[in-house]
Amino acid sequence: KTYKKVDDELFEEIEEILITSDVGVNTTMKIIEKLRTEAKERKVTEASDLKGLLKEILVEILDYGDAHQLGIHPAPAILLIVGVNGVGKTTSIGKIAHRIKSQGKKVLLAAGDTFRAAAIDQLEIWGNRVGVDVIKHQEGADPAAVLFDAIQSAKARKIDVLICDTAGRLHNKKNLMNELGKVSKVLEREYGNATKDVLLVLDATTGQNAIQQAKTFKEVVDINGIILTKLDGTAKGGVVLAISSELNVPVKLIGVGEGVNDLQVFEPKSFVNALFGDDI
Amino acid sequence: MVFEGLADKLQGALQKLKSKGKLSEKDVKEAMREVKLALLEADVNFKVVKDFIDKVKDRAVGNEVLESLTPGQQVIKIVNEELTALMGTTQSKITFSSKPPTVIMLVGLQGAGKTTTGGKLGGYLKKSGKRPLLVAGDIYRPAAIKQLQVVGGQLDLPVFTLGDKVSPVHIAKAGVEHAVKHGNDLVIIDTAGRLHIDDHLMEELQNIKQEVKPHEILLVLDAMTGQDAVNVAEIFNEKLGIDGVILTKLDGDTRGGAALSVRAVTNKPIKFIGMGEKLNELEPFFPDRMASRILGM
Ligand SMILES: Nc1nc2c(ncn2[C@@H]2O[C@H](COP(=O)(O)OP(=O)(O)OP(=O)(O)O)[C@@H](O)[C@H]2O)c(=O)[nH]1
Ligand SMILES: Nc1nc2c(ncn2[C@@H]2O[C@H](COP(=O)(O)OP(=O)(O)OP(=O)(O)O)[C@@H](O)[C@H]2O)c(=O)[nH]1
Ligand SMILES: [K+]
Ligand SMILES: [Mg+2]
Ligand SMILES: [Mg+2]
Repeated sequence: KTYKKVDDELFEEIEEILITSDVGVNTTMKIIEKLRTEAKERKVTEASDLKGLLKEILVEILDYGDAHQLGIHPAPAILLIVGVNGVGKTTSIGKIAHRIKSQGKKVLLAAGDTFRAAAIDQLEIWGNRVGVDVIKHQEGADPAAVLFDAIQSAKARKIDVLICDTAGRLHNKKNLMNELGKVSKVLEREYGNATKDVLLVLDATTGQNAIQQAKTFKEVVDINGIILTKLDGTAKGGVVLAISSELNVPVKLIGVGEGVNDLQVFEPKSFVNALFGDDI
Repeated sequence: MVFEGLADKLQGALQKLKSKGKLSEKDVKEAMREVKLALLEADVNFKVVKDFIDKVKDRAVGNEVLESLTPGQQVIKIVNEELTALMGTTQSKITFSSKPPTVIMLVGLQGAGKTTTGGKLGGYLKKSGKRPLLVAGDIYRPAAIKQLQVVGGQLDLPVFTLGDKVSPVHIAKAGVEHAVKHGNDLVIIDTAGRLHIDDHLMEELQNIKQEVKPHEILLVLDAMTGQDAVNVAEIFNEKLGIDGVILTKLDGDTRGGAALSVRAVTNKPIKFIGMGEKLNELEPFFPDRMASRILGM
């Protein structure tokens, strides 16, 4: 690596990396501004020091301390998994179920996607794969009714963690978002005492639209965490920086493949390092 | 504001030019900066935006514009023209083989919408008199075959499967043979979602191509895709030689900058757009409409 000084060209290089990682124009500008100010204050002149400073700033945006933990304590707990179409909700549920089951928890799944072709079968295959039961109705059934049944079953069986799948829906579809609101009401009414985590699944290949997704889902079901999937590709998922700084929602888990073990706890530092690779 | 539309932004930036009588090089530069930011916010790829802006700038600061009576409108026209040119200029259709069956293969990243689109396309072409056969070539995703069968059932289209223990190359070949025997003049092969950097699975697609020589290999791409759209499209095109793109989930509120990116790097037409989850929600792609949608003009 060549030895470099801090100059405008370097800032431009950083800007390009952030934008091509889907961080977005606004958040990128904010980050660059902060970087410039702090670099001046701390009298940073070497490129390598600037890089360190930048990483500090980014980690600060992403770091939520204990809030990165999955909200499953104390039992009983329920995880409601939501998001737009095809992002990896059902697959992530399979992986999470496997993970917490191996920690000794009793897990149950609810097939709350009654709309998509063979969505119930897909979840059932995951259930079999990881050795966890699935509560289901027929395709076309009311998802709120599925959740109702699943909660009664979870109570009867003294389940530690109930994980509820939902149909993929675009956030700009009012009727589908209302349906989700209804599911969430059933959850409050029937399982009010349970520890609750509502997780939005985001596909790392998604661009700036992810911000609008997070915003709208937050309004409707009060999401309190993000699962960022498909980080095994070449997309960096930088849009979570915008979401973290604007919407106050922590990333909790990341998906790094299609296999049952391809789920990791989100680590702000590793994420930031992966954003840059050896680029600067 | 992040959520302000690209069209509004362009209008805003160019309105300033419109109201001025004469344009200086500095005016153009300033407006182009706003166009650039707006395109980036719309998820158009960084490098594509750069090239686009350079091109427009070159034309805009030329004498023709600076000396025109309405330089602002002239610039708007140039932006519009260049954008439409980038989107392609005519609507593209499926090319049918003179020796049926015509074979179409759908490829793309995980969750892009291939299986749903395969059904939609079959239903769409059935209406124009074709007799499509859907081939279940995804042996990996849990319940992928069942999904295609349900979709096929809803559309009253036959679905060919050999289960999930046989190689997709073999399935594709047997599927085409089945079509020949049963008078299906159109074969649509669903394939498993895969990453463009997964060499093993990309090779599988190459092998299917080699075996059944599809007339159309269509890349199915999520319209919400960000900067990565160029990598995906470039590598799928490089490894397989795609014939076109189907852009899905355009019923969302994404600006759809991926459309521009993909066109720019592959120069392959976008043929259809997915406008919903329902199986009749597939529409032909009109480049001028897309450019207009982006520009709000
Ligand atoms: N490479 C990769 N693929 C993933 C990951 N997570 C999920 N997938 C794949 O993405 C595709 C969609 O996953 P699903 O779990 O069905 O997504 P979903 O959000 O439930 O989809 P809908 O229910 O249709 O909205 C499948 O092919 C998964 O195998 C990941 O972390 N990496
Ligand atoms: N809103 C909307 N949803 C769509 C559209 N096309 C597909 N989908 C949805 O996107 C999700 C993924 O679609 P699939 O057809 O399973 O995608 P795929 O590419 O076959 O996925 P894999 O086989 O797992 O790679 C499903 O929930 C579909 O209903 C569209 O145009 N609009
Ligand atoms: K996707
Ligand atoms: Mg699902
Ligand atoms: Mg599929």
